[in-house]
Amino acid sequence: MSIDTAPKMTWWNRLAHPGQFVAWTRPLLWPLAILTIALFALGLWFAFFNSPADYQMGDTVRIMYVHVPTAWLSQFVYATMALSALGTLVWRHPMADVSMKAAAPLGAAFTAMALYTGSLWGRPTWGTFWEWDGRMTSTLVLLFIYLGIVALWRAFDDQLRAARVVAIFTLVGAVNIPIIKFSVDWWSTLHQPASVFTPEGPKMPLSILMPLLVMFFAFTFLFATLQLLAMHTEVRRRRIATLERRLAQGAGR
Amino acid sequence: MIGLGAHAEFIVAAYAGVFAGLALLVGWTLGAAYLTRRRLDSLGERERDRSARP
Amino acid sequence: MSGFLATLRRELRLALGGSGDILTLVLFFVIVGAITPFAIGPNPALLARLAPGIVWIAAFLAMLLGLDRLFRDDRDDGTLALYRLAETSLAGIVAAKVIAHWLTAALPLVLATPLLALLLAMDGPTFWRTVLSLLLGTPALAAFGTIGAAITMTTRRAALLAPILIAPLSVPVLIFGVGAITPLGGPDQAGAALLFLAALSLMALALSPFAAALAIDWSEE
Repeated sequence: MSIDTAPKMTWWNRLAHPGQFVAWTRPLLWPLAILTIALFALGLWFAFFNSPADYQMGDTVRIMYVHVPTAWLSQFVYATMALSALGTLVWRHPMADVSMKAAAPLGAAFTAMALYTGSLWGRPTWGTFWEWDGRMTSTLVLLFIYLGIVALWRAFDDQLRAARVVAIFTLVGAVNIPIIKFSVDWWSTLHQPASVFTPEGPKMPLSILMPLLVMFFAFTFLFATLQLLAMHTEVRRRRIATLERRLAQGAGR
Repeated sequence: MIGLGAHAEFIVAAYAGVFAGLALLVGWTLGAAYLTRRRLDSLGERERDRSARP
Repeated sequence: MSGFLATLRRELRLALGGSGDILTLVLFFVIVGAITPFAIGPNPALLARLAPGIVWIAAFLAMLLGLDRLFRDDRDDGTLALYRLAETSLAGIVAAKVIAHWLTAALPLVLATPLLALLLAMDGPTFWRTVLSLLLGTPALAAFGTIGAAITMTTRRAALLAPILIAPLSVPVLIFGVGAITPLGGPDQAGAALLFLAALSLMALALSPFAAALAIDWSEE
């Protein structure tokens, strides 16, 4: 190939090569991890040593500092997966399906934690561990979708072929999630005219907003760190599969 | 530490659960990373040995 | 268009000529509905209250059962490969399959609903609302089911995985399906629910053939 016909190596192309991607992003891991730990330390200090009780909810407002970030992540991670799915289907970017696969179990875990913390918040605040209200129910359905996606990845033998099929399901899910939310809200107002879970109070003074924001960023950076690490692992897994295949073929010789 | 109020057990349970969950998540991610790196290294050596052999 | 009709004719012929497949499905539907009183007690008032939900759950489960035959047989005997190469687009062929699936799985269930209405102490007006709700809602279930079947076509444990994938998507169908029957929130609620249900079915019918066709193509590459 002459210099004229060689493909332009934009950063987009560079990142598309798995080995390059790992090499380029590896320096990011430790800084991200340290930032995450620092944010968590700051957030926890705020939560337990430097923030007041809410005038309505009392000290249980501190649960909100872990519930809201995990609930936010349950949606944000799906958005990441959906975007990656588009990357797989529309642009055929090789790192897109790696990103999609890495995010799924992380999203499931955060969604489960959102349900867990929401449940513990509900008990002292509203009286029950579980309430079939709009928000909690939608989150539960979202958890089932995540777990289904994880199961789908595992059901394929060929992970490369799986990527595009999983991408379709991810996007079908993405289109359906607003519909599910809408229908669940409609349904819950039918059955419970009474009060509804609202993790974010109507008024939020800075003293409560501060720990919330710090924890929000702490969790988001945690996801970014874990996602990057999981993507590296997936790239290496595929390399291992290739090498093992080559070894198995070579062993016959 | 500030007093945690009447429902302290719920606050503690929430944070403990999240901490446990995150520990599991981080541990699992790190563990998988470590295991694949190790496997890749061992395969890499075998690959190098094979190609080095005439 | 001729390819679409030809596929439709073929699917119907296969389903109807088959070994009482449809009757087996209907039997499953009736059995699920019929055993619920053993679980929740024979109190007519309670049964009547729960009947719409029970019928919908039985229909949902029965439609999940019929999914396996959608693509498995065609894949095994090579017809799927021919479909993929045909002049008619794969999406068109899948659309024909969805319609045939609805005609041979959902419609028989609706026809069997009077039996369940009797067993579950449903009154007349509720029964007719149930029939309408099933007619408007089962197309969505058929469409989602087809997507699920297409996605899991080449996977292990497809019979288990497809329902897992489809169930969350079917939540709105169940909500509006039952909401159209039991007017807890007044008569307007039933009307609104029916409209939402119809909209859902139309949207699912329109989009599912494309999603399923893509999934089939990419599974088989």
